[in-house]
Amino acid sequence: MALYQDLGRNLQKDLLAKWYGDLALANERKEPVAYLFVSGNVEELLQAYGFHLVYPEINALQCGIKKAAGGFIQKAEEAGYSSDVCGYVKNDVGIALAGGKWPLGNLPKPDLLVCTYAGCTTYMKWFEALAQHFECPLFVLDVPFVRDEDVPAADIAYVVTQLRELSVLCQAVTGRTLSEERLRELVRLSAEAEDLWVRVLEMAKRRPSPLDGFFEAVFFMAPINVLRGTPECVAYYEGVLREMEERVSLGIGPIPEEKFRVVLEGPPPWPHFRAFWDLFKRWGVTCVASTYPRVGGIWDWGMRHDPERPWESIATHAMNGYTNWNLARRQAMMRRFVAEYHADALVLHSVKSCRAFSMGMADTRELFLREDRLPALFIESDLADPRYFSEAQLRTRVDAFFEALEHRRSARV
Amino acid sequence: MLIAEIFDRCRALVDDTDLSTVAAWKAAHPGAKAIGCFPVYVPTELVHAAGMLPVGLVGGGGHIEMDHADSLVQSFVCSISRSTLELGMTGRFRNLDGLLFPSICDVARNLSGMCSRNFPALWVDYIHLPQNRASAGVVDYYRSELARVQVGLDVLAGRTTTFDALAASIQAFNQQRAVLRDLHAFRRSFPWLLSTEELHLLTNAGSVLDVAEHTNLLQETLNLLSMRKGKPKDRIRVLLEGAFCEQPPLELMKAIEEAGCWIVEDDLLLGRRWLATDVTLNGDPLRALAESYVRQDTVSSVRHERPRRRADSLVERAREARVDGVLLCSAKFCEPALFDQVLLRNALEQAGIPHLALEFEEKMGVFETPRTQVETFVESILFA
Ligand code: SF4
Repeated sequence: MALYQDLGRNLQKDLLAKWYGDLALANERKEPVAYLFVSGNVEELLQAYGFHLVYPEINALQCGIKKAAGGFIQKAEEAGYSSDVCGYVKNDVGIALAGGKWPLGNLPKPDLLVCTYAGCTTYMKWFEALAQHFECPLFVLDVPFVRDEDVPAADIAYVVTQLRELSVLCQAVTGRTLSEERLRELVRLSAEAEDLWVRVLEMAKRRPSPLDGFFEAVFFMAPINVLRGTPECVAYYEGVLREMEERVSLGIGPIPEEKFRVVLEGPPPWPHFRAFWDLFKRWGVTCVASTYPRVGGIWDWGMRHDPERPWESIATHAMNGYTNWNLARRQAMMRRFVAEYHADALVLHSVKSCRAFSMGMADTRELFLREDRLPALFIESDLADPRYFSEAQLRTRVDAFFEALEHRRSARV
Repeated sequence: MLIAEIFDRCRALVDDTDLSTVAAWKAAHPGAKAIGCFPVYVPTELVHAAGMLPVGLVGGGGHIEMDHADSLVQSFVCSISRSTLELGMTGRFRNLDGLLFPSICDVARNLSGMCSRNFPALWVDYIHLPQNRASAGVVDYYRSELARVQVGLDVLAGRTTTFDALAASIQAFNQQRAVLRDLHAFRRSFPWLLSTEELHLLTNAGSVLDVAEHTNLLQETLNLLSMRKGKPKDRIRVLLEGAFCEQPPLELMKAIEEAGCWIVEDDLLLGRRWLATDVTLNGDPLRALAESYVRQDTVSSVRHERPRRRADSLVERAREARVDGVLLCSAKFCEPALFDQVLLRNALEQAGIPHLALEFEEKMGVFETPRTQVETFVESILFA
């Protein structure tokens, strides 16, 4: 009997509903609110000061799913934003211009903006604009790019120094003092959730995979990105893991029959998520691993928050998000996914909004085609702007690709 | 040399996308290497001190055909990233030994990765310029980053850079920047005697010249300029902002001026003047360079500024240069510039400074539209 199916989805709905519910009341209750980003995020430190956390990226993607992005983006463009800049930013600016009213109710105003400059320059432009709009303090946590084989000790020291400085600012904003013990506890809980999350992701190494490591993982990843450090987050991943284990025992998977296993590079087109997934489902494609769920942290190979070294581990964590890695490291990571998750192909989804992801994707395709002789499909749309999704065109490309793969396979047997 | 000859020489240097000047320099300095430096700002002193020639990368300037890079770079990405790849893919980097990229934007970051994979013969490094200048740890961090890059260069050069060598290089670049400042001051006072196109040619020639030779050339020009004759025309004074990385075609600068403007202030080739005052040497030249970058007030879209500072600084600069208007002139698809445009436009609005937005690409062929736009802008100011 299926006891745990849909638990990942339902539990998350409850968690996020509660989270957004609390947020809506935060200003009224005079509780401190911080805005921050997913990549490089230092939520443990902010939670230790009791901040409510708002993630504009997550808000933008929610708007995408709820088909509300187009209106906000237009609002921002009317205010002068170019059609060629990131749609997430425009979506968020659109919400701010609408006074925080959005499909999920009301967003609180920030008391503090924490910009992790981690693999995304747009982050900086984004919060500079919000700082001016909300007239509130902005802290830029400068996270050096992982640009070499090794991470220089000076990079970590620099981030730790800044974290201490951020802590002083948090104290000033909230009037509260930091309990190192509380910070350690938050960090410990984060590590626990990270362990479980990696186990969930690695379930996709099985054949057939019980999990879609992209289309499902991009939803399952929400708590690890926004609610780390809470017991609810740990409980959530215990639940998802159970769901996956049960799927294995019941022989269920994300699609009725797994025919192709692919690694997917790039973000999803949120405004057309279902249609996009359907393009692959039709061909029996499971994404066994993907890069997008690693934007908030690459935990696959042992990186964890560490209660013995809370500050250093928060700093290390801030540096090791997908877009803060150089191209060579990213490509090596995809190679590893292909090998460890037994993938038949690589799908690269380039999105106009995000150059941090997309610039270089065509080069990655070349690498896999020429050096690894791995079939690689390159497609384009956008993660935020509904206008850049051409379903017919995408379908033609996807169909042609998997038709050829199928052909090749039947020729081989 | 006559001043016209100097400009001709500069034009030849600038048009030479094959970098034959670099080849000549290397022939004259057997064993020495050359490093291409991507904009906006790279501490070229490090390269020079290692006995190498820092070569300023400025894209393809519209002179090259795109046969290869288009398949690797999406249509929504700026021209300079595309043309830089194309230059390398067509063998025009054969006279270079390495490439150095600064952390200016998401495009440049991944471009550095693409170059290191596609040009395996080149040493490629990426320098993470600090963004949090308020941090107590920032100078230590950046000093160590400079030291890291210096080690990489030293390994490539097969020698060890001494403090003395670095101090000497810093002084050489201090001198170059000082003359550049003089030239800019000259143009600001006498724009009819030095056009922006000319100033750009003079500055850009330094992309392929040794710093001392370039400084001499600039100095010589400055001397000659004071004897140049000409009459001020009835034009408005403008500040051009937003072209700090990819450079607009010279024809566009010319079209703007001919449409009735004097560009008296700009951020073209900003990196060459990023350090706006001399780097003060105080024992440890690496620290001096680091401190200078951190403390100097140059405002640019590629470096974080505290709220309002970006907007305030533009308004201040516009007032100091006594301009009648501002041209927000940015490369197509350059996100850092495009984001800031919103903020800057609002600031100019509030300050009551007329402004016009223009977009350019390396390969734009016709300048009629921008010319007409600028003409209309000029008229609106003159007859307001
Ligand atoms: S032109 Fe703009 S987007 Fe392109 S590399 Fe330069 S700063 Fe980056």
